Amino acid sequence: MNRKLLDLWVGFFVAFGIAALLFLALKVGNLSSANFSETYALQAKFDNIGGLKVRAPVKSAGVAVGRVGEIRFDPQTYEAVVTINVDARYHFPKDTFASILTSGLLGEQYVGLDVGGDEKLLQAGDVIAKTQSAVVLEKLISQFLFSKASDGPDKK
Amino acid sequence: MTRVTEWVSGLGHVVNEKIARLGFAARFFVMLLVYSGQSFRRFPLTIREIYFSGVLSLLIILVSGLFVGLVLGLQGYETLQRYGSADALGVLVALSLTRELGPVVAALLFASRAGSSVTAEIGLMKATEQLTAMDMMAVNPMARVVAPRFWGGVISMPLLAAMFSAMGVFGGYLIGVVFIGVDDGAFWSQMQSSVDFRQDIINGVIKSFVFGVAVSLIAVFEGYDSTPTAEGVSRAITRTVVTSALAILALDFVLTSFMFRGL
Repeated sequence: MNRKLLDLWVGFFVAFGIAALLFLALKVGNLSSANFSETYALQAKFDNIGGLKVRAPVKSAGVAVGRVGEIRFDPQTYEAVVTINVDARYHFPKDTFASILTSGLLGEQYVGLDVGGDEKLLQAGDVIAKTQSAVVLEKLISQFLFSKASDGPDKK
Repeated sequence: MTRVTEWVSGLGHVVNEKIARLGFAARFFVMLLVYSGQSFRRFPLTIREIYFSGVLSLLIILVSGLFVGLVLGLQGYETLQRYGSADALGVLVALSLTRELGPVVAALLFASRAGSSVTAEIGLMKATEQLTAMDMMAVNPMARVVAPRFWGGVISMPLLAAMFSAMGVFGGYLIGVVFIGVDDGAFWSQMQSSVDFRQDIINGVIKSFVFGVAVSLIAVFEGYDSTPTAEGVSRAITRTVVTSALAILALDFVLTSFMFRGL
């Protein structure tokens, strides 16, 4: 087989391989979307984060605006400190309300930001003051059962 | 009593031999890297090997990728629809292919398709004393024969694994969306939101690169170290396929435990 035909086949092979990689990156993976190039960090303290994981999305009005960067436990206050990296294009008022929500009934958990009405904006490194913890299903059920048990006999 | 001592000394002999062989393999790898520069100066040699191990493996890789994707699509749909989450079919197909099946199955196929032929070629060159003849003519067989075959395999492997995964995703799409009727938009959008470029795709490429190095090294080493007889060459080919398969699966476990720690 002569050199030129060989080069042609190998070139075709390499081009096809790179095309497959691009297909994986752009069509299968999320390189094209949800790629936050410049972010700033905010912190939020929660009593209970439930099943929140690092890299979980941060959403406002249902749109992904950032990702959870770090989760750690604060031994002084016994709270979970969640660092969230928000896309630098978006700024939120000082009284923004952060809550941990679940997408769907069994979906993954994410941080939801409900925007307040303050004139001042949150700056990098600020702490979000108002938070709501994750809903733990067991607690909810036990609360429901307790309330049923306490007002049960009167109703009957 | 003598039988016991015989047995113990026999065991010791086998262990010694294996360890010496491992030492030779390590020395061989270093020599290979040293002479690689010399072989890169004649890059057409490597291109020739990419043709033989990469281009000629295309058919088996693409066809098996397609079939693996088709099976994943069918089986995945079968299980997912019980839980009413058939929309997640794309996620299942794409994640299992990019993380595990793509690199591992492509590497296993590559070892039996290309690795064995490399071993046979080098082993036969040794048996017919072509390697010795090259040495006589002051042509280094490491640079002229071994290094191009090694690098040809290393370059081909990640490309083949990527094609395998892409083909598999296409197969899953064909079964899931075209035949069964999973929603087209949900298939792709759920896939895109759960497959991470760095975490899943780059790690898959790293895996296939490591497998490429392992398989190519085993193939050229077994050929170079084979007993120069017809029987020796055939044994070397068997060893290439068996050792490559074991190395791929063991390395896959090690790499996976490093890459995906409870994420």
